[in-house]
Amino acid sequence: MNTPSPILSVADLAVEFDMRDGVARVIDDLSFDLMPGETLGIVGESGCGKSMTALSIMRLVPMPPGRIAGGEIRLDGENLVAASDVRIREIRGNEISMIFQEPMTSLNPVYTVGDQIAETVRLHEGLSKRDARDRAIEMLRAVAIPAPEARVEEYPHQLSGGMRQRVMIAMALTCRPRVLIADEPTTALDVTVQAQIFDLLRDLKEQTQTAIILITHDMGVIAEMAQRVVVMYAGRKVEDAPVDELLLNPKHPYSQGLIACVPHLQAVPTVERPPLMEIPGVVPSVSELGRGGCPFAPRCAQAMDRCRQQMPPPSTVAPGHQVACWLIDETRAA
Amino acid sequence: MQFLNSIGQRVLFGLVLLLAVLVLNFTLIHMAPGDPADVIAGEMGGATEEMMASIRKAYGLDRPFHEQLFSYVGKVFQGDLGYSYYFDQPVTELIFERLSATLLLVLTSLFLAIFLGTFLGVFASQNPNGMLSHFVTLLALLGYSLPVFWTGIMLLILLAAPPVDLFPIAGMYDVTKDGGTFDYILDVLHHLILPVVTLSTIYLAFYSRLSRASMLDVLGADYIRTARAKGLSERVVVYKHALRNGVLPVVTFAGLQFSQLFSGAVLVETVFSWPGLGTLAFDSIGRRDTPMLLGILFFSALIVIVANILTDISYRLIDPRIKTGMKT
Ligand SMILES: Nc1ncnc2c1ncn2[C@@H]1O[C@H](COP(=O)(O)OP(=O)(O)OP(=O)(O)O)[C@@H](O)[C@H]1O
Ligand SMILES: [Mg+2]
Repeated sequence: MNTPSPILSVADLAVEFDMRDGVARVIDDLSFDLMPGETLGIVGESGCGKSMTALSIMRLVPMPPGRIAGGEIRLDGENLVAASDVRIREIRGNEISMIFQEPMTSLNPVYTVGDQIAETVRLHEGLSKRDARDRAIEMLRAVAIPAPEARVEEYPHQLSGGMRQRVMIAMALTCRPRVLIADEPTTALDVTVQAQIFDLLRDLKEQTQTAIILITHDMGVIAEMAQRVVVMYAGRKVEDAPVDELLLNPKHPYSQGLIACVPHLQAVPTVERPPLMEIPGVVPSVSELGRGGCPFAPRCAQAMDRCRQQMPPPSTVAPGHQVACWLIDETRAA
Repeated sequence: MQFLNSIGQRVLFGLVLLLAVLVLNFTLIHMAPGDPADVIAGEMGGATEEMMASIRKAYGLDRPFHEQLFSYVGKVFQGDLGYSYYFDQPVTELIFERLSATLLLVLTSLFLAIFLGTFLGVFASQNPNGMLSHFVTLLALLGYSLPVFWTGIMLLILLAAPPVDLFPIAGMYDVTKDGGTFDYILDVLHHLILPVVTLSTIYLAFYSRLSRASMLDVLGADYIRTARAKGLSERVVVYKHALRNGVLPVVTFAGLQFSQLFSGAVLVETVFSWPGLGTLAFDSIGRRDTPMLLGILFFSALIVIVANILTDISYRLIDPRIKTGMKT
């Protein structure tokens, strides 16, 4: 049996921003794979570079002041970092789609939702106005918006936040993309609506087999939605594992802390976790990044001298489970 | 329906406002020193006390103030603005004679400024640190700081006098010229250039800056990122998704400025002896031609109010959030 090749593969990605006082590397050495039909979670605190990772894949990093400073992003083998602008525009909204954190402001206020959905299919599939409108209605129905024939004529301000996010999802899925990136799709919504949106994403995924990158800072959501998870801290990947493996057996102190923050996930007391309900300290500011040493060291209860001097390389602790932490060496040596 | 309703409200409100303007103007002008009968008599080459009295009687100037006011307001609402003391012609006729000249000047300048300004602003916003962007900032600074009459006189000195002498000094057409309609139009356009350049400079500066700022704002919006994420080309992103939002402040200000444009026109018309309402108003003050002046003031107010209603309508057409009567 040969292992399937990833549909999207990120290798050694680096993203830099020009700042007043020099260059800030907000993503460094980031690598992960997304398998066909898989839901990959990316977790981490605010500012750790989750959105920047997503925007890099879409080649939407604001430029200037930002830029993709290195690495590769391969969609089915094709390197998107080196692709032409024309090619990227063919891919956006068509092969890779994205839904954003802010449904309230992510739709254009002066066009009807129908027009905004239809625009995407007209662009990528060259549909006629009429057919595109029919497709828009069909998509609104698919995302469970009631009375889609009427809603298609409405403007974003006439819809609630949850409805708008459904419209965003409809828009992202019209061209049946191979990869859907959902960047904290429910952060701005209230809890019951959050659950509905995730149910919808799960249903749609079952129907279409679209691979999903789900960005969140909520471990609970990851546990419910994802098969694999990448934990990011300060622009780097600290751990990468199948969800069950990570929940049961987190290796990195930061991952352990994240899981400890969500009480109901702690039900399985296999590993001894640090007794914290919140991780002390804050994410280092961008100008402090790339100083050498593990960026988590200042907040880590188990930090050693070595942690403050050298960046730990990723090491494989189990099949499909990678961790970047010097503690792994210690436990191995012991 | 709701749309018509709220427009109806605006019209009603406008009428009330016009009434207030009428009463206020009439009162103010009657409080000003100077007796119109003197002026009329002066026109006739001097007069005795009896003749003055008969003039006052003929023009109703001997009646108590409130009677004069009521009869004036009543007539205005029937479309009668009275007779000019100076020209001895109906004020409405005189206004319409001059109106086309003013509208030609004002509308040409406004449209030029809005279109050119908006596009300068849009181009500048796409590269906020580029040459064009700096040029827009400089233009805005110049436009704000140069007085209109100064720009006008400088243009006249530089371009309408020897050695350059490219443009006529004054007026709207050359009375000595004979020719067909086409020649006449060309002649008017030739006369129009300098006044329009003068009047549009300030507005061009204003609109280019306004639209640059507004477009920069809009281009940073989330829905612009969404548009890019769909795979739309930069041209569609800017001209379809951003421009329609970015142009909203321009529309608002265009409506608001229409009134200021008239006052700016007074200066420009005077500098270039443009035969419009501005020169007429200016001259009427010197002539103490009260009905003429009142008529022009009333008419300006009418135009401002109509312009505001039109702005309101176009705003509603561009921005759906207002069409449905929802407050944002
Ligand atoms: N335009 C910018 N200029 C400079 N730095 C930026 C810019 N945009 C983002 N950054 C920096 O990039 C880093 C990563 O930001 P990113 O938006 O990816 O975080 P995130 O993980 O998505 O956070 P959140 O959970 O709040 O959405 C942050 O430290 C942020 O300060
Ligand atoms: Mg984010």
